[in-house]
Amino acid sequence: MLDAWRWTLAVAGCSWVVAVLIGALMGTLRTLPTSPWLVRLANVWVELFRNIPLLVQIFLWYFVVPKIFPAFQLVPGFVLVVFALGFFTSARIAEQVRAGIQALPKGQRYAGMAMGFTTAQTYRYVILPMAFRIILPPLTSESMNLLKNSSVAFAVSIAELTMFAMQAQEETSRGVEVYLAVTVLYAISAFAVNRVFSWIERRVRIPGFIVAGGTGGGH
Amino acid sequence: MLGLDFSFISLDVIDKFVLGGLVFSVKLTIIATLGGILLGTLLALMRLSGKKVLMVPATFYVNGMRSIPLVMVILWFFLLIPTLIGRNIGAELSAIITFVAFEAAYFSEIMRAGIQSIPRGQVHAGQAMGMTYSQNMRLVVLPQAFRNMLPVLFTQTIILFQDTSLVYAIGAYDLLKGVTLSGKLYGRPEEAYVMAAVIYFAICFALSWLVKRLQVKIAIVR
Repeated sequence: MLDAWRWTLAVAGCSWVVAVLIGALMGTLRTLPTSPWLVRLANVWVELFRNIPLLVQIFLWYFVVPKIFPAFQLVPGFVLVVFALGFFTSARIAEQVRAGIQALPKGQRYAGMAMGFTTAQTYRYVILPMAFRIILPPLTSESMNLLKNSSVAFAVSIAELTMFAMQAQEETSRGVEVYLAVTVLYAISAFAVNRVFSWIERRVRIPGFIVAGGTGGGH
Repeated sequence: MLGLDFSFISLDVIDKFVLGGLVFSVKLTIIATLGGILLGTLLALMRLSGKKVLMVPATFYVNGMRSIPLVMVILWFFLLIPTLIGRNIGAELSAIITFVAFEAAYFSEIMRAGIQSIPRGQVHAGQAMGMTYSQNMRLVVLPQAFRNMLPVLFTQTIILFQDTSLVYAIGAYDLLKGVTLSGKLYGRPEEAYVMAAVIYFAICFALSWLVKRLQVKIAIVR
């Protein structure tokens, strides 16, 4: 079972890296002032990955992508699931990043321009550091969602916790005990994610800068 | 196209496999939304009641549900319900009960935010009119809270519709299952997954577009 736990954490961890990198990129693109095509591209990305159920996306990556692109047949299933979960979550993170950037007063952007910064510099030194702090609370709950969503990987036989629970329940007659143990492991993992983020939040807090909490929905 | 062949899709396939599954998915979504909002509002009122006997169990329930993956909750209910009531109720009914119970936790968080967004002055005004607690909630607070939270409630419903695909775990016959079955039957499983993705996307995209319109409309009125 600890092996299964490791798989869950591995799937969630790798997907998190993919999701945050792409989510931050797409979210930033959506706020660019002078590149309507990049904004459109990022909008399409978000709508595409947000409006298809995760389970269907996992099936698409696992079954359909290798059929269309034979090169993907050599890619292990674990990596495909990480792509699926990472891209799915990236759309949600992109939405939060966009909201975070747009929540900043316009003066921040003008201040960067007044300093003679290029757009890239304005983002790098002025906007993104502030936006990152604003989105930390919703990012926390999205990361916990990601961890919970990793359970959907059972559908393509990744040996993670939910898969383990289903198999162990069938093979032994001790379903309740198995489910209980797996549930506790999920709760512990989610709590750990929560703690790590509140630690980060404390470390990077800027005194006097009050962040409005976001309302977390979804799952 | 891309080595895929969609020629197996016909009116017959849609009628036999897609529609039947879609009807269950929609039914599940509607019942879970209505039941979830009802139960969720109750849970929210319990958490805001200020009485410990009500607050502690409601908080425990909501936080508990929210920290477990939906798939695990589905599996739990599917395992426990037959043991508790002593007979089998089938995957479909089990799914409906699970989703109402699970979504109640999420809707209760939305309703709690909605109730808290109502200025205190509204409650005081109700009290000044001599209203009882339940009159105040029913006639003053809840209608406004619902209205404020309408876009969020609908967004949650769209997410809920997507999540209904997870009943796959217990083999209930929903949209995804129907489409996958047709794909297996005609030897075109990959194409069936693409078809499922297109259907889900079309429905969810249209609904979220409607929610955006709604948001604009409500914003102007307010």
